[in-house]
Amino acid sequence: MEIQVMENILSKNDKIAAEINAIFSSHGIFVLNLLGSPGSGKTSLLEQTIMTLKGDIRMAVIEGDLFTSKDADRIARYGVPVVQINTSGGCHLDATMVKGVLDKLALATLDLIIIENVGNLICPAEFNIGEDVKAMVLSITEGEDKPLKYPLMFKQASIAVLNKIDLLPYTSFDMAAATEDILSINPKIGLVVASCRSGEGLNGWYEWIKQQVINKKAGRIGCK
Amino acid sequence: MHEMAIAQGILDITLDNAAQSDAKKVITIKLLVGQMTEVEPEAMRFCFSALAEGTIAAKAELKIKIVPLVVYCQDCGRKFVIERYRFLCSACGSANVKIISGRELQVEYLEVD
Repeated sequence: MEIQVMENILSKNDKIAAEINAIFSSHGIFVLNLLGSPGSGKTSLLEQTIMTLKGDIRMAVIEGDLFTSKDADRIARYGVPVVQINTSGGCHLDATMVKGVLDKLALATLDLIIIENVGNLICPAEFNIGEDVKAMVLSITEGEDKPLKYPLMFKQASIAVLNKIDLLPYTSFDMAAATEDILSINPKIGLVVASCRSGEGLNGWYEWIKQQVINKKAGRIGCK
Repeated sequence: MHEMAIAQGILDITLDNAAQSDAKKVITIKLLVGQMTEVEPEAMRFCFSALAEGTIAAKAELKIKIVPLVVYCQDCGRKFVIERYRFLCSACGSANVKIISGRELQVEYLEVD
């Protein structure tokens, strides 16, 4: 006997993600899912972002990590609420994990939540976790071949930070090729060329976040 | 290794549908997997067989159809297959293209006894 099914394999996750997004949206909170390889500079970008924006934007961080709370400890020093999710070996966050920590956040007091996903260029791209948009960090030390090797991540992200440009003189990174490949995968992506160590080039990132927070408050970013 | 989470999704859908039809055994699971998903078929088969052990889907064969990445240009109306992940219209150069297929992760049908 044949049974016609036609069901999306990730539909359970997507349904929970939509529920979470509706909760965030009811509070007018803009939610960013931050993606990138281990060591690309996601936590450094968070640190810079918190230092620069915490006076203007009420923010909290959700930290995804396999086993440790090293990143959450780093973030907690900056005086913003931070919640740790340990995936116990899982290579990505899923919507159920984020749903499980919602009651640890004072949603009524927030404008922005940044969720730092597990460091990985593949798996997190497939799983919605209730975010409004995905953002990613690619460091130039990873090489310019990464966009075409991991295209889904670049396709799903609304903005990409090309990090560690202070190291450009010491690498053979081809900025023109990387930029061309990223823009051909996702012609609408925002590109920020920066160094999270020195803070150089990050203004475009801050301005983008501020605008998204304003848009979300005004209801211009709808539920997914 | 997100294939484990995906394999769990396949197993859940399979067992739900099989139970609704009072099936005793699942023989085949037909899957549609888009070209632009990052699923490795062999890893998914391996994860599925581990998860399905002891269920009526333990011996099921996963038949995987890879769906090509096709887009539609919203400016000139051309429909075309994407090569080398170049999401610009091959006719008019527009970036205003929409994915029609290639992102599927679906259970299409089951064969059961």
